[in-house]
Amino acid sequence: MILAGCDGDRTWRLQDYVARGGYSALKKIVADKVAQDAIIAELKTSVLRGRGGAGFPTGLKWSFMPRSFPGDKYLACNSDEGEPGTFKDRDILRYNPHSVIEGMAIAAYAMGAARGYNYIHGEIFEVYARFEEALAEAREAGLIGQNILGSDFSFELFAHHGYGAYICGEETALLESIEGKKGQPRFKPPFPASYGLYGKPTTINNTETFASVPFIMNMGGEAFLNLGKPNNGGMKLFSVSGHVNRPGNYEIPLGTPFAELLEMAGGMRGGRKIKAVIPGGSSSPVVPGSTMMDCTMDYDSISKAGSMLGSGAVIVMDETTCMVKALERLSYFYFEESCGQCTPCREGTGWLYRVVHRIEHGLGRPDDLDLLNSVTTNIMGRTICALGDAASMPVQSFVKHFGSEFEYHIENKKCLVPPEVQYAGSQIYVSPSC
Amino acid sequence: MLSQESLQQIDREIAKYPPDQKQSAAMAALRIAQVEKGWLPNELIEFVARYLGMAPIAAFEVASFYNMYDLEPVGRHKITVCTNLPCALSGGVHAADYIKHKLGIDFNETTPDGKFTLKEGECMGACGDAPVLLVNNHHMCSWMTTEKIDQMLAELDKK
Repeated sequence: MILAGCDGDRTWRLQDYVARGGYSALKKIVADKVAQDAIIAELKTSVLRGRGGAGFPTGLKWSFMPRSFPGDKYLACNSDEGEPGTFKDRDILRYNPHSVIEGMAIAAYAMGAARGYNYIHGEIFEVYARFEEALAEAREAGLIGQNILGSDFSFELFAHHGYGAYICGEETALLESIEGKKGQPRFKPPFPASYGLYGKPTTINNTETFASVPFIMNMGGEAFLNLGKPNNGGMKLFSVSGHVNRPGNYEIPLGTPFAELLEMAGGMRGGRKIKAVIPGGSSSPVVPGSTMMDCTMDYDSISKAGSMLGSGAVIVMDETTCMVKALERLSYFYFEESCGQCTPCREGTGWLYRVVHRIEHGLGRPDDLDLLNSVTTNIMGRTICALGDAASMPVQSFVKHFGSEFEYHIENKKCLVPPEVQYAGSQIYVSPSC
Repeated sequence: MLSQESLQQIDREIAKYPPDQKQSAAMAALRIAQVEKGWLPNELIEFVARYLGMAPIAAFEVASFYNMYDLEPVGRHKITVCTNLPCALSGGVHAADYIKHKLGIDFNETTPDGKFTLKEGECMGACGDAPVLLVNNHHMCSWMTTEKIDQMLAELDKK
């Protein structure tokens, strides 16, 4: 859907998007003066759920915006994609940037917002530069800016470039960052719909969410819903990484069996056996490979398997992976990226990393697994934002499903998976198609 | 303290935000300043703060919070390699080891000739391109096999 008909770096410009039917939804809405309520109702019918990770129904989120509020209202697009395993928004922005611009313009129309910002992840400067070019094209064509397509609807849209902080993917940290401050999350309530950017009502959606909107408006909410399965409307991009033959993005209907997705990604590298999958980005609980093979890729099925669909980032690990070492790397990431505002997270993520580190390095103590458990329960639910929970869920799930590997490490001071096997399994691998 | 060109770039960033919200351009202004000067000494951060009408400490908070700002001098080419889990499964750590070996430096070190600094990066949102690295913050290099690393280092060495 979003990436259909796109040919890599060659077809991202305005004329290409228009040739694919782009901007027809916006043009129709503006020309027919479609009622704001009708747009939001269509989105509700589509059961589009937020593609950034939380899966909150987009139509409902849009309905929270106080449209009658007389002052400034803002839109923000969250393209601060830095959740390990996730790399879909980068492809949307570089291969089909106008779908995001059109989606945001429709959202602005539906919620009466006059100004919007697309917050783009720091490490993808080249993608930010391209998005700026796409914005210039859209502005030139009268698709954003003052009096869009000759109507009385105006919407100014700009790109804001991050500079390296995972936490800014949290929506209120993102707003703080646009305001030119440290990206530290705000206490909620008040929610952004009432107190957002510069203290004004603001709606924040993920890149893929906005990019889906024009397609929903064109095909109708019902048709979009039917692409997926009940309560899990539409198509979704899945970023597949790790031990597969063809890592990459795959846009498939929600409800597609995991086994089919794995096959699309070329199957397991070297024909090795699947050990574990992190199905929704590094913050989602890990699932044993055998359980995963029975799942379908949608919010409900993954939730039943004890994890989350999250951002749709599927990290596949084979039998050469040491689960303690894998968790050690993830725990370091959360320790490094904690913003330091809340004590349980600032201190707790350090404890988690140090304890997993010492287990991995043969210095684990008999009560370390209890200690990990105690630290996670003291973090979860006791912080302003979800980073603390995100750091804790991998720890809990790795220990739950692969506890024997952790115990082996503590007792034998070494990995259950021999070092030479791990070494061979983590070699530089580039798919021949790249 | 900054060139006319950099100041014009900063002015374009300021124009993206409401007139009373110049501070919103702080991140971009610090980036532009760093591109021109190579890193961000305190005087430069103060200059940017004054240009935007904000307290120097507020600008320093921004510069020290986001990890792509360099508060200490770096080599002419800063290479940041992602070693996070998805990249590590496809050789991110091996790629970093190879660069360390070739340059004879560890993470957070600079070669004696001042040409290269090596950093360990966190997720760049490009896990499908592993091994992936950044050159001077703004140029991403994908699928970095040892041959491609050799080629990249040889090209950078000439610059």
